[in-house]
Amino acid sequence: MAPAAAIARPLAWAKEAAFAAAVAFVLALPLAGFRLPDGGAITLGVRPLWVVVAMIAVAVGRFLLAMNRDLDLARGAGAPLAALWSEARGSVAPYRSWIVLGALAAMIVLPFLPFGTRRTLDLATLVLIYVMLGAGLNIVVGLAGLLDLGYVAFYAVGAYTYALLSTSFGLSFWIGLPIAGMMAAGAGLALGFPVLRLRGDYLAIVTLGFGEMVRITLINWNSLTGGSNGIARIPTPSLFGMQFTGASRLTFLYFIILALAALTMLFAARIRVTAIGRAWEALREDEIACRALGLNPTTIKLSAFAIGAMFAGFAGAFFAARQGFVSPASFTFMESAIIVAIVVLGGMGSQTGLVLAAVVLVLLPEVFRDFAQLRLLLFGAAMVLIMIWRPQGLIAHRAPSVRLAARSAGR
Amino acid sequence: MSVPALLTVDELTMRFGGLVAVDRVSFEVAPNEIAALIGPNGAGKTTVFNCVTGFYRPTRGEIALARPGLPPLSLGRLAGYRIGRAGVARTFQNIRLFPRMTALENLLIARHTALTGATPFLSIVRSIAGLLGLPASRRAEGEAVAVARGWLVRIGLLDSADREAGTLPYGAQRRLEIARAMCTEPALLCLDEPAAGLNAAETADLARLLRDIRDRQRIGILLIEHDMGMVMRLSDHVVVLDHGRVIADGTPAAVRADPAVIRAYLGEEESAPLPAEVARDLGGEGGR
Repeated sequence: MAPAAAIARPLAWAKEAAFAAAVAFVLALPLAGFRLPDGGAITLGVRPLWVVVAMIAVAVGRFLLAMNRDLDLARGAGAPLAALWSEARGSVAPYRSWIVLGALAAMIVLPFLPFGTRRTLDLATLVLIYVMLGAGLNIVVGLAGLLDLGYVAFYAVGAYTYALLSTSFGLSFWIGLPIAGMMAAGAGLALGFPVLRLRGDYLAIVTLGFGEMVRITLINWNSLTGGSNGIARIPTPSLFGMQFTGASRLTFLYFIILALAALTMLFAARIRVTAIGRAWEALREDEIACRALGLNPTTIKLSAFAIGAMFAGFAGAFFAARQGFVSPASFTFMESAIIVAIVVLGGMGSQTGLVLAAVVLVLLPEVFRDFAQLRLLLFGAAMVLIMIWRPQGLIAHRAPSVRLAARSAGR
Repeated sequence: MSVPALLTVDELTMRFGGLVAVDRVSFEVAPNEIAALIGPNGAGKTTVFNCVTGFYRPTRGEIALARPGLPPLSLGRLAGYRIGRAGVARTFQNIRLFPRMTALENLLIARHTALTGATPFLSIVRSIAGLLGLPASRRAEGEAVAVARGWLVRIGLLDSADREAGTLPYGAQRRLEIARAMCTEPALLCLDEPAAGLNAAETADLARLLRDIRDRQRIGILLIEHDMGMVMRLSDHVVVLDHGRVIADGTPAAVRADPAVIRAYLGEEESAPLPAEVARDLGGEGGR
């Protein structure tokens, strides 16, 4: 082969890397290049080294990525890995329900194990809240295909509903919980109506705005919500009059969220295989075809919004009861982004993927906590790597809602 | 024709801004017949079709669907999805299946209204029953699967029931889309260029399927088609459009001999040499 051709491709990769480095320069200059020195003086410190490091890191990464794309270097390492992945999935498939039951049993005994410390329980509770939120959003985004970037609004509605009902009227958690779910479902309908005609990017923008509207309303409606100060002294749930304090309170709350998350997952798994669940997926695939088949897109969309929001409402009520305190600061866009990331990373519609993604996304920042300043950077890098490795999400496989083979085995 | 018409299109006019795409078009489709809507490109076939299936709201005119024991239903002013429920099913020129769902699931979507009921209240009640897995909803689901299975057998796709629709061969996707439309149990089946992209053998299969549907389900079929050979062989009745107007309406033989039709297809100049294809399509199928 001519030497010109031999260097043509590395040259192209270098060009790509140089361009990426240039973009990195533009971003790194303001983000990492400058800092305001401590001490109050209004001067600007320059950190050229950081900018150079960022550029080199991006350039090298891009070069390797381009090389991998063209030469398929990763196939050698990636193929056995991918094969292992699909083989593992295939071999555990028959034991699926046993695995689910086993995981559930492990979660139930967790508080009584030696490592079931306060920190473990706190983390597990956090993961379960996100599993629940992810399962609810999965109905809207994963099944119905409606990109909702303001999902945290329903979480907030649920949290404030329980906070207000309990502090003003002394309602117990078990009465507040369903009311919080219903209020959130109502908010879901209220959002659903105006956005019926929107799809894709436009829907994302409007739902993003809706999330911010709710948060800003919470900040400014001082007389009802206490503004930025939030609502404090929200009572802890009790069980048939039994009060829990200290460590047992933590365990009790953990069991509540475990039960709620398990019920949510069960509900989501069941509804996916009913007519309405199939209709959601059909709507995601092709709305025009749905209409031609006599499906009313309006009611199908609204049901997805309302049911998805309801679970956020339940999760919100639990969140308020656990923290004992709610304020608008807990319901920022960052929360919505994390929940969307859980659904997308998990693989749009997959419930197993959802749980994996919730674990990864909640635990990763905790693992990186020791790296303090670099925490977000490492988190971002991990996201980029996962998206390169599995762009369709951790579990991209879609299981049919019904199989003919099972029904007519005797054929 | 003494049989009362199933579909009556009366003085249908569709205007897009200053352009009159369809101008006072009238024709009828009888139950138990295959009617074809043909015409040169831009004649207004698709516009008529979209008015009948509720995708456009006609500017003027009446589209009525006869219903047994009930007064005829006016389709022009119904919301899009209600036309599907009223018994008009359609397929699309560029196949619109649910590609990531299996063939069986595609057919079950067409049974959605039958499964959940037509009102929101009923569908909430039935959804809860479905969630709980009550016997009644399991039985309903079983019946829906049985209907879908029957259609999979008829279109020869039983073995592909659990395959994703998007991965099926092109011809199979066409047949599946027709089966999906039939699963809504329509009174009128509207097909938008069903033979587009099919080879000769697949086209023959399709024609057999459509005749079979006409004879066994005894419904009306309205189709737009460019494959003249298929139209002439298959149709009981052909409506020819040109520049938004009906220029001929009758049996295939009568339409083929109509000077206005020949003019529309071949142009005004008698001396122009006949493209071999057109000549064959228009005239050469008579000996079948």
